[in-house]
Parts: sequence; structure tokens; C-alpha cells
Amino acid sequence: MIRAYGDRKDDGRVQLSFTLPVAVSGRAKEAARLFCEALGLKDVAVATVESAGSEFSFFVVYARADVAIDFSKIVVPEVVVPEWDFKEINKVIEKKIGRKVVVVGACTGSDAHTVGIDAILNMKGYAGDKGLEAYPWIDAYNLGAQVDNAALLTRAKELSADAILVSQIMTQRDLHIENSRQLVDLAHKQGQRKMLFLLGGPRIDHKLARELGFDAGFGPGTRPSQVASFIVDALIKK
Amino acid sequence: MYPLPIDSKLVDECRARASQVADGVHRFIDLHTTVSIERTVLRAYGVDGADAEGVPLVNTSVDRYLKSDLLSRGIATFLGRALLRGAKTMQEAAEELAYGAAVDSGESGPSAAEIVGALAPHTEAAFAKLDGAKKKREEDRERLGVGRTPWKYVIVATGNIYDDAEQARAAAQVGADIIAVIRSTAQSLIDYVPYGATTEGYGGTWATQENFRIVRAALDEEGARLGRYLQQVNYSSGLCMPEIAYLAAVERLDMVLNDAMYGILFRDINPRRTLCDQYFSRRMIARSGIVINTGEDNYLTTADAVEKAHTVVTSQFINEALGRRAGLRYEQLGLGHAFEIDKSIEDSLLLEIAQAQLVRQLFPRHPIKWMPATKHKAGDIFWSHRVDGLYDLVGVATEQSIELLGMMTESIHTPLLQDRFCAIKGADYVFTAARHLADEIRWNPEGKIVARARQVLADAHQQLGEVAAEGMFSAVARGAFADVKRPETGGRGLAGVVERGPDYLNPILDVLEGKS
Repeated sequence: MIRAYGDRKDDGRVQLSFTLPVAVSGRAKEAARLFCEALGLKDVAVATVESAGSEFSFFVVYARADVAIDFSKIVVPEVVVPEWDFKEINKVIEKKIGRKVVVVGACTGSDAHTVGIDAILNMKGYAGDKGLEAYPWIDAYNLGAQVDNAALLTRAKELSADAILVSQIMTQRDLHIENSRQLVDLAHKQGQRKMLFLLGGPRIDHKLARELGFDAGFGPGTRPSQVASFIVDALIKK
Repeated sequence: MYPLPIDSKLVDECRARASQVADGVHRFIDLHTTVSIERTVLRAYGVDGADAEGVPLVNTSVDRYLKSDLLSRGIATFLGRALLRGAKTMQEAAEELAYGAAVDSGESGPSAAEIVGALAPHTEAAFAKLDGAKKKREEDRERLGVGRTPWKYVIVATGNIYDDAEQARAAAQVGADIIAVIRSTAQSLIDYVPYGATTEGYGGTWATQENFRIVRAALDEEGARLGRYLQQVNYSSGLCMPEIAYLAAVERLDMVLNDAMYGILFRDINPRRTLCDQYFSRRMIARSGIVINTGEDNYLTTADAVEKAHTVVTSQFINEALGRRAGLRYEQLGLGHAFEIDKSIEDSLLLEIAQAQLVRQLFPRHPIKWMPATKHKAGDIFWSHRVDGLYDLVGVATEQSIELLGMMTESIHTPLLQDRFCAIKGADYVFTAARHLADEIRWNPEGKIVARARQVLADAHQQLGEVAAEGMFSAVARGAFADVKRPETGGRGLAGVVERGPDYLNPILDVLEGKS
């Protein structure tokens, strides 16, 4: 069993901050304390109350959470990827697949933030790890931002893509989830689900991606070689 | 402020080369019009409203004359002819263009002089309205006063204009100087301006005339209460760039993001279309006294901020040259740049200081728009908050004018109320603590900062030479900016570009250009 650890083991110390739509006052501070107690927190200490506008109070709170989690029972599916580097990936494609692997990537729906897809696909790559465009044995197509799901599938078909990469970064009200699900549904309807579907973004993990019908999900800090390794490995296994 | 020792001859040459680039672009612009320019003419003449499906009347009117291959004469020609045929108001004339039994072929009938004559009082009324809004804004700014620079600029982006207004007030109460309402994602790609107040958007709120009014009213009221003028910002960019410029002018916005290059590179809008639109919009902006913000900061989100720093400077020189050709004063040119260098690089702060100081110095009268780190931020809000502290310090030490405050929750969500509060409180501390730091700094002539600034200027000088030689359209197609390639005839909106005929009429543009 594990508990939050601040100063002493198992002390359950947590910090949180939030805003309530009332002016700063003693009552506002008390409201914040009651709010935290209602969350099940103990020893609530409201460290600061700041006026974030004439009708808004911002709180930073420290408190104790007595909840404990049984760590041994937690199972999270993680993407299993061979640890191949740039050279090895190209070599594996050449030997075992014998043709270039075609990858099409895009930010879909209304998302205009290409940082993620660029980090994986663009020549330069991310954190010193070259992007897929730099791989001699990969043909990578970056369709950019705000690509419609249907347009992405059409383009993937034209290019005979092996894998589709979808990036979802900035979204509101879980729009990224709905939009991603729709892409896979559409692919099923159009008989295109035999391609690999990969989802990436700061709020994406493998578990969520699998639930949405993708083959794999990649969160923040993913390097291009990890994505390439997954694609190549999956293609060989197929 | 003590200047960096840089070669002023090189700077002069940069300006001369940028001027050559702008001349090249104008060889296209001056011979063409676009559907959005023509729609702006109708709007300036007071045409308003939308049909049951939400299609604005200005679109229906202009599209009909585009389809009939008549737009080369300018929509004003047909508007004037409708007046001469008996339309009582401009609205009625535009409705006739949109829904009349037949398209006016423009043949026979009144002479050009008669058409101009019929439009003349309406042209005068259009400018009375524009100039009246400008006067009101200037009086308000004078009476209440704007804060000291760097101005603290924050964004609201709830999707609901009434929530935006509420959050704008809260931000102003804790010290924000400038409020930008972020647009609903992808609005730049729709070829009409939505109508009325809106409460549902994605990643932002639709830019509409009514939404502009709602936020302006909230800021006017809050500004009067606080005794401080509050500046309002929106986006004159995308396919409706000139129309938004007009709406911003009459609704008394203070700043607009206005940069064709952003649309070309990041929204795949056709280069010809948006450069024509930009010129007309900047003419409108020049007249209205609005400050533009350009988008060079965005280059560094896709290209590397160390290797491609010079592309920012190159683009700033070009934006200045294009802006000047549209009548913008230096004080209206809020050229953009950003604090986007990889934070893991040793001395990255020195490189940032070099760039910020260089830009400040190259464009001394310009209200420089300085943008925070975004690319290298992830979910660690505490680390991001410290990055923003350094950003604020460089901002005040190099005397940036407009500082879009960094958000500790960048890359997590659009800013929450408390994110803005924390950013403003942090910036207030840094700006106060380092208020006169700029006066104390002397640059080491043999040091890293001077060397870096010289290198960036030299690289920009060389790139400007290349762009001047091949022309802007070719440079953009080659991927000279942001590592993105955009061919001259690719992208969205090209079908809305029309060559002006010998009998092209646009009395609004004539006045904006000082021709009548």
C-alpha cells in the first residue's frame, strides 16, 4: 500500500490550488477549507488566499489525504517497443520488409498545434533523435494541422500507407477523444483498419489509445525512434 | 538603454533589401483584388446582416459577381449602378446584387463618373464612421491612460463570449493591460465572418462584430472603474483578414494580429490571396490607428530557435517594408518574436537576451510584441512558471513593448482564471524589481551576447539578399521561413483572387491610399 509522501513516510501530504467565484474574505477562506474537507482531505491548511479578480478567490492548500493505493494491483498496458536506434531500424526494414515503410501523420480535427507531429516526423526530430523524414527506409508524409479525418484516410489510401500517426494536443472538453474515436470508426467503415493507427499527445497514453481503437498511444517525451520501432516491429509481426 | 555594437551599414542594407522584396510583392498586389477585399468595401458602405443559414449578405453579393466574372470591375461599380437604378440605401443595393432577378452585366447605363458621384456621399459617411471610432478610442486612451511597458497581455479563450468578458474583467482587475480573445480554432480558414454573439467555440471564441462589441463594452466599463485604459485584441488574419480589420476599426479594438505569413505557413492559405488581403487590411488599420502584431514568433515553434533565429529578423524587416507601403506608422508595427530557445542549452538565456536586444534596437520606435516559451514547456507547471520568470526578466531588461505573459499551464489547457492571475502577479514582481535594469547594462564587446547578435544580423542580411533576388513568392515556396514550403498557387483561397480590370473601381481603397 502506498500513500502520498511529503515530509515523512505515509504522511499523506498533498497540495492543490483552485479558484472559487467569491470575493476574498474570511468566509471565502472557510469555503475553501470546507471544499477540501468535502473532498475527503484532513488537516486542511489554506496557505494563501489571493484576489484573482473582484469576484474570484484563488487558494493554495496543503492537506492530508489518508487514502492508500495498492500498488501491486495496478496494471497499465505499456507499449512494448524494441530498443532499436536509427541505423538498426533502417537495417531491419531493409532486411525483413524489403521496401520503404510509408507513414502518414497529421493533427486532426480542429487542432492547430503541430509541435507533436513535427517532433516525430520532421527531419530534425526531437531531443537529438532524428524524425521519421530522415529515415532512408521510411517515406514520411506530414499533412500538418487541422486535417479532416476523411481527408487523412483518403490520403493514406493514395499513398498506400502502412501507418497513420495522429497528434492531438490542444483541445477543450475532451474533443480530442471524440475526434480520435471517429477516425478509427471511419477507417473500419471504409475497410482501412488494416493499417496501423498510432495516437500521440500530451494527454494521451497507451491505455486510452487502445480504448479508442488505436494500435498504440504515445505520451509526452516520446522519441521518433520509439514510434518507428513500434511501426516496424508491428509490421513484421503482421 | 545602451546599444549593442552592431554594424549600422548592415542594418541599412537589410532595410534596402526588404524594400526590394516588398516592391516585388506589390507588383502582384497592385493589380489584383479579392473576394474578401470586395466584401470589406460593402461592409464599409454599411452593408450588414446574414441569411437564415448564417451566410452574410456581403458574401452572397460578392460571390454572385465573382461567379459571373464581373468582380474585376470592383463590387463598388455594381453597388453604384444599383443606387443609380433607384436603390434607396446601401443595404437595399447590396440585397439587389445578392438576390435581384438578374445579375447586372455592367454594360451601358451610367458613366464611371456618375457611379463615383452616386457613391461619393456614402464613401464620405463610411470614413466619418471609421474616423469617429478612431477619435473615440484616442480620447479614451488619453483620458484613462495606458500602463507602462512592457504591457501585460493575456488571452481569454473560453468559447463563450460572455465568459470571455467575465474573465477579461477579472484579468484586468489583477493588472492585465491587454486582453486578446483567442479565436475559435480554424476560423482563419472559413471565408466569411460569422454573425452575432456566440457561446460555443473550440479552443477559442468566434470573432464576430457583436462579440467585439461585448468585450469592448466590458473593458470600457471595467477600465472606467479601474481608472486605466484596457486594450482589446483580436485577429485580422486568415481568409477574412480585411473584413476583420474593418470590424476591429469600427468597434474600437486596439490591436490586431495581422500577418499574411502566418496564414501562408501555418494555415496553408494561398500566398497571393492573403498578401493582397493583408495590404488592404493594413490600409484600413493604418487609417484607424490600430497596432498590428506580426507572427514571427511562430516560426520558432516549427523551426529551431537557435539555427533559424535570423529568419525572424528577416521577416520583421519584410513586414516593416510591407507595412510602410500600406501606410502604417512605425508606432503601429508590433513586430513579433519569442523566447523559444531550447531551455536545456547552456547559455540559452544569453542567446535570448541577444535576440531580444537586437530586435529592440533594430526597430526602436516599434511596439515590439514579445512572446513566451511554449515549445519546450510540458506539464510541469512549477518549472514552466520559473521559465516565465526568466522570460519576464529579459522582457523588462531589453524594454520589450507588448509582452504576452507565459502561462504555467502552457500545453495543458487554455488558461484558467488562476493561471492568468499567477502570470500577472509574477510579471508584476519582475517588472517592478528590475524596472531600470536596462539602464545599468553595458554589453561586453567581446562577449557571447554581442557575438550572437552580430551573427543573427549577418545571417538575416544574407537571407534578405537571397529573398530579394528570388522574390518573396519563390522564397516562401522554397521553405525559407519556418521550414514550411508553400507554393504560390497552392493553399486555400486562390479562387477568390481576381485581376483588376482597367475599369476597376474601389473608392474606399482610393481614400485609404490618399488618392481621393
